[in-house]
Amino acid sequence: MPPAPHPLSAPLLRREGREKVTGAARYAAEHTPPGCAYAWPVPAIVARGRITAVDTADALALPGVLAVLTHENAPRLAALEDPTLAVLQNDRVPHRGWYVALAVADSLETARAAAEAVRVAYDTAGYDVRLTAGHPGLYTPEEVNGGYPAVRERGDFDAAFAAAPVTVDATYTVPPLHNHPMEPHASTARWYDGHLTVHDTSQGSTRVRDDLAALFTLGKDEVTVVSEHVGGGFGCKGTPRPQVVLAAMAARFTGRPVKLVLPRRQMAAVVGHRAPTLQRVRLGAGTDGLITALAHEVATHTSTITEFTEQAAVPARIMYRSPHSRTTHRVVPLDIPTPSWMRAPGEAPGMYALESAVDELAVALGRDPVELRIRNEPETEPDSGRSFSSRHLTACLQAGAERFGWLPRDPRPALRREGDLLLGTGVAASTYPVYLAPATAEAHAAADGSYRIRINATDIGTGARTVLAQVAAAALGAPEDRVRIEIGDSDLPPAVLAGGSMGTGSWGWAVHKAATALVARLRAHQGPLPAQGIGTTADTGQETAAPSPYSRHAFGAQFAEVQVDTVTGEVRVRRLLGVFAAGRILNSRTARSQFIGGMTMGLGMALTEGSGLDPAFGDFTECDLASYHVPASADVPAVEAHWLDEDDPHLNPMGSKGIGEIGIVGTAAAVANAVWHATGVRLRDLPLTPDKVLPRLPVRPH
Amino acid sequence: METSNPPAGSGDVPRSAVTGARSEVILRVNGTTYTLAVDHRSTLLDVLRERLDLIGAKKGCDHGQCGACTVLVDGWRANSCLLLAVAQDGRHVTTVEGLSDGQRLHPLQEAFVERDALQCGYCTPGQICSALGVLREAADGHPSHVTPYDADPGGTVDLTADEIRERMSGNLCRCGAYPRIVEAVADAGDRIRDGRPGDTGAGS
Repeated sequence: MPPAPHPLSAPLLRREGREKVTGAARYAAEHTPPGCAYAWPVPAIVARGRITAVDTADALALPGVLAVLTHENAPRLAALEDPTLAVLQNDRVPHRGWYVALAVADSLETARAAAEAVRVAYDTAGYDVRLTAGHPGLYTPEEVNGGYPAVRERGDFDAAFAAAPVTVDATYTVPPLHNHPMEPHASTARWYDGHLTVHDTSQGSTRVRDDLAALFTLGKDEVTVVSEHVGGGFGCKGTPRPQVVLAAMAARFTGRPVKLVLPRRQMAAVVGHRAPTLQRVRLGAGTDGLITALAHEVATHTSTITEFTEQAAVPARIMYRSPHSRTTHRVVPLDIPTPSWMRAPGEAPGMYALESAVDELAVALGRDPVELRIRNEPETEPDSGRSFSSRHLTACLQAGAERFGWLPRDPRPALRREGDLLLGTGVAASTYPVYLAPATAEAHAAADGSYRIRINATDIGTGARTVLAQVAAAALGAPEDRVRIEIGDSDLPPAVLAGGSMGTGSWGWAVHKAATALVARLRAHQGPLPAQGIGTTADTGQETAAPSPYSRHAFGAQFAEVQVDTVTGEVRVRRLLGVFAAGRILNSRTARSQFIGGMTMGLGMALTEGSGLDPAFGDFTECDLASYHVPASADVPAVEAHWLDEDDPHLNPMGSKGIGEIGIVGTAAAVANAVWHATGVRLRDLPLTPDKVLPRLPVRPH
Repeated sequence: METSNPPAGSGDVPRSAVTGARSEVILRVNGTTYTLAVDHRSTLLDVLRERLDLIGAKKGCDHGQCGACTVLVDGWRANSCLLLAVAQDGRHVTTVEGLSDGQRLHPLQEAFVERDALQCGYCTPGQICSALGVLREAADGHPSHVTPYDADPGGTVDLTADEIRERMSGNLCRCGAYPRIVEAVADAGDRIRDGRPGDTGAGS
């Protein structure tokens, strides 16, 4: 008998590729049940206040309008932990863009016209949307996003910093950022015989199902949420968003199926954003290059209705040796939309600041920044003293330097010219934690020799279907094309969302366990399989509940080459190269796409992406894709992602770490460090747009 | 302080703009002729998606900023969210659904799958339709911002990676598949030029 196929790591084509390139893949708003009505939301146009009157007469008079829901007539919802879902429940307006009404009509055009015809009067109050370093409302929360403590202190930072012969003390800022997946938030909801069925664009429909059941006081078996194809999420579809609640409400209110797609320009106010961060980093080192003191202090904002604190100082707790360390977060509630997860919350902004500061330290010490990082590798996790389950940052830095052609490198800035262009290179490290969550999976063997795996995983573009088939096939010892995968439906065995880079590890573990159990049952089975086949179910509640004795993180190194136009101030990336160590890579084709995608978003964070809250009106000024600049094809030249074969037995049966987020971590610092090398100018406010770069350039031609 | 949402839909806005006046148009989509009474406010994109169930063209922004809705109108790429359906009477529209020949994928579609030039897939139909336009425009000698100034006027433009990046920059991809998209467009261009199966299908 030939050896069993081992499809892990194979570069299999993504399973739904054909459906996606032919237009056959249906996303949430692409289900149109008979009698489907359309909804269009009405956002508040004041930054804080109360609704005093809603006049819906003109809207209701339009032919084809079915209803206008407001806080006066909308179905009552049970209270949930997430107050952003309590839509149309009272007269309070906590921020501009908060939904105050919803028009429902028999066509999209009429729904939109009706929404525009709704008149809302407000009693407004003073408001504050500006985060400042000295804001009197800043306080230290109990914990930050991810459940980490807000403050950690080790040793005596102040004394060590004061005594250090070489120091860096710099403040970096990251503006609000928007996830902007290409598919806007959308839901199609219908009630049939007391059962609510929703096609929702979500990173995890089990949670959406649970929240809808709670909001509408239903059993979980009375709600089905389908997220078969999802047009990106990057965190902003991680938990239910208002559109799914509004669609379900409107469907119940009108007795018709209702489709609701959020207008792109409204998304910034209601789907979450990456909170801005003001980050002071202080590093003290000996002349030998060893860091003796490290402080990373973060100020950020949240909304008045819920506390979300971007955990930007958390990566500093694991990155470098630092016998004396202080990492703190403070947050101020403002009259703004509620921030939430955006790809690598904490790590993406935090590592921009930390890795920029390390570059500044390298300059101050006169040391190569690759060598300085390697020199400060910790033996164990500095914060906890735990051993790393695996840590190959040094190898990533070395392999990346080799591939990129980092050396020879003249460390002096502003020396390399090509006509009007100044050229430079930069490096930064990446990291992202390993998270795991419980999941349940079923494995089934049919009499015809085929297999079926059922689990409510979600494929938001990661290739989850494909990689889970590989995990199952490897465990079953079966060819991958004999394994059918069913995901994206809350009626399937429950599983965690596609987020926190934990999908593949968490789902894969359950799939592996169910498939392994199935193999055992098949071995024990005598004779041909029964007509209905044989199935097993497994859940990983126990395995994932046990805390690991190890500190588990993926690491990486990113290198950038930039050109800075001395006439226009425009920075362009010429090359990006990343090398990552993230356990076993389960599908090299789809994994490469994820790494490169993350790095591309990091390029946007470095150079083009930035939003701001308008102090006069209280809304995000860059609220659409014309004003919020995500990278376009011409912005993205050669981007390469590589990885090391990392063997880590302390993760999960596949030996995989997550890869969805680490690609964005460190990119912005690598680019900004390259801009310093090109120009000699240290810019510490992202994004590095020409208006900031040009006035600071040392050489002004003519 | 009292503030109110402005009474949009009244004032200078013509009544017909809010009551859904309709006119009959003939649309030829992927070779099929449709006679439809369309709301004057309807975009071509919404008619394709909501009336004809051709969901390949995607709504990403509805404002011509993202390119997800790209289709070919009389062979030329266009943002279908910026076209009023009522103004497209008699036009030939090609959407991504019209590219494959039965079960046989168009070379662009094949190349996108093989290169993994997509992740979430939401921008993909627009990318592919846009690429189809790019291939034709380059073949017809239309210069771009990066075409050398001394290129032969009207001569076929060589689709270098820079040319593809420039010409495809109206189609945003938040997953960051750009490097693979550039490769896929180049692959498909080579295949079509070498006369391998499939053609550009852009002319309707």
